[in-house]
Formats: sequence, structure tokens, C-alpha cells
Amino acid sequence: MNHFRGKMLSWDCAEGTIELILDRAPCNEIGSATLPELEQFVETLPDLQRESHALIISSARKEGFCAGADLRELYRESQPLQPADRLVRLRNFLERIHRVMNTIDSAPLTTIAAVQGIAFGGGFELALVCDLIIADKTARFCFPELRLGLIPGFGGIPRLKRDVGNAVVRDLLLTGRSINATKAQSVGLVSQVVAEGDALRIARSTAAHLKKFDRETAIAAKAFIKPIPHDELRREIEIFCDLFTRPAVEAGLRKFTESSDALPYLP
Amino acid sequence: MAKYEEMSTIQETTNEVLGLAAEHFKVPREELTPDDDFFKKLGINSLQALDLLTRIEQHFRIELPDYELQGVSDFRTLAERIQKRL
Repeated sequence: MNHFRGKMLSWDCAEGTIELILDRAPCNEIGSATLPELEQFVETLPDLQRESHALIISSARKEGFCAGADLRELYRESQPLQPADRLVRLRNFLERIHRVMNTIDSAPLTTIAAVQGIAFGGGFELALVCDLIIADKTARFCFPELRLGLIPGFGGIPRLKRDVGNAVVRDLLLTGRSINATKAQSVGLVSQVVAEGDALRIARSTAAHLKKFDRETAIAAKAFIKPIPHDELRREIEIFCDLFTRPAVEAGLRKFTESSDALPYLP
Repeated sequence: MAKYEEMSTIQETTNEVLGLAAEHFKVPREELTPDDDFFKKLGINSLQALDLLTRIEQHFRIELPDYELQGVSDFRTLAERIQKRL
């Protein structure tokens, strides 16, 4: 299926480039509606990638790339459940999202995240599974999970460790602060910083440029230089699940959910 | 003298912040004052405040961690936070 229009996302495949475009109001929060469509995408990926050399992930939302997990849904749907059932549900969700992330991470394609606006939490983690991040000047990257008493749960810590020095990982994780595109480039996260609104255009021209190279060589190089940290990814799920049961997390999620700010992103 | 220069620079910084906010959110500059609550005056949420933060960082060439903005809602205090980073 070279073309797909879902409720939360769409994809198209043309001239050797697959484009996955997220489009769920307000800012592509990943929850029970988006995850099945992401799963459908990665199930279709083996067929799409046969004739493709690049995948671009971008957002149609002016609010940004992706604000991460749908925390309001996570809180709301966990409330009626007994603690043990909450954990089962959470673990199932995490394992599903990890399968999606791992598939994109290891895809035999050059993957590019075209980021504008916020890439927070799971949105940052989605960008991190890509081989390249091209960010426009409005982009901000953040792991705000600590504000809720959590850690990133979609694979962000092992992947951030893979890409940057440990001091940067500690800074982002332990302060929960957001960094702009220029800072992200200076620490090696972002490949190119471009003018506002230009991330997708530049991602497309980069993908077109990649088409010149021998695909098998590119695949072999990627597999060699980009290991998937499977053990740490599994460990991250365990730690996340352990933390999730704490009262501080419930309080943090409740506060987030009850905020009158539609997108409460400041600490 | 040093104190006057410092005060003058904070005023300049405050004026620049007001100018950035007016330009970005398309509000007449003369309608903004240093003691305005920028969330209410500009009608913005925290996401848009982050956008303003990005522009401030680019304009002043500083890093201003979001936690520095905790409890800050007026332009004057925002300018003071910026001034400490110059």
C-alpha cells in the first residue's frame, strides 16, 4: 500500500522516498489512536522499502513535530483500573511502541526526522530513532518526563546515549529542560538547522541526494554504525513500569491532566 | 555609575523583549508594558511561550533553560532572567 490516509497519520511513497506525516491534533500525541496506525505503517514498511532508499518522518501540525505520549489518555484510562491491571496495560502499550520504534530504527533505509516546533518526550524519542534530524529554527527538544516523576519510556535514554555524550544525557534527563535547534546541533543531535518552515523541504532534498548512493552499501554501513541497544531498551521499560506505580507519578499526571493550559509545556 | 549602566541595560533588554513579543505575536508594541502578564496580554499558552523563548535565545544569543521561567509571567522579570545570562 504505497499510499495511506489514516485519522492520525498518512504515508506516501514516491521516487524512492517514503514520507510518513503525523497529523493528530493538537500535537501528534501518541496514544491508543495513533499507535495502531504506526503499527500498520511498520507492518507495511517491508513492502514500501523494497523500492525506497529513504524515509522522512514529519508533522503536518503547526504546533510541532510531536508532543510525546498522550498523557491525558494514559491517566484517564488507567484510573478505573486496579494497580496490577494498570501495569499490564502500560507494559503492553510500551512494548508495542518499542516494536514500532525498533523497526524504524533498524529499517534498511536512511531515515530522516524533519522537525519543526516541539519534539518532546515520545516525540523526541521518535526523532531519535531516525538516522538524521533536520530541524528548523523553531525546533525544541526535551525529555520532560522527570517533571512527572518518570523517565522516557519509548527508548529515549538508550538512543540518546547512543548519539551524544553522557553529560548531555544527564543534562536533558535530570533538568527536564528543552533545548533549541542550535544547541541540539552543537551537541551533535541535529544534522542541519534550517529556516523556519524549511525542514521538510531540506529533508526531501537530502533524501533525493541519497538516491545516488549504492543502497546495499548504505544499508551495510548503517547496520555497522548504528547498533540497536536492545538490552537497555528492555531495561528502560522495566524502570518505567516500576516508577509508574509511585504516588508522585499519579500526582504529576493528575496535575498535567487537570491543567487548563491545552499544552502545559513549561515546568 | 555602574548601577545606572546596569539599570539602563535592563531597560534596553526589556524593550527588546517587548519588541520581540510584539513582532512575533503581531500585537502593537505600544500596547505592551513591562509589567504585563505575557500569557494574558498576548493570549498565549505554554507552547507559544516556548516559541517566544526560542526567539529570545536566538536574539540574545543565550541559553535560557525553561526552569528559569518557572513562576515568571511578566516581561520585566523575563528581561531580568535574560540579563543574568548576558
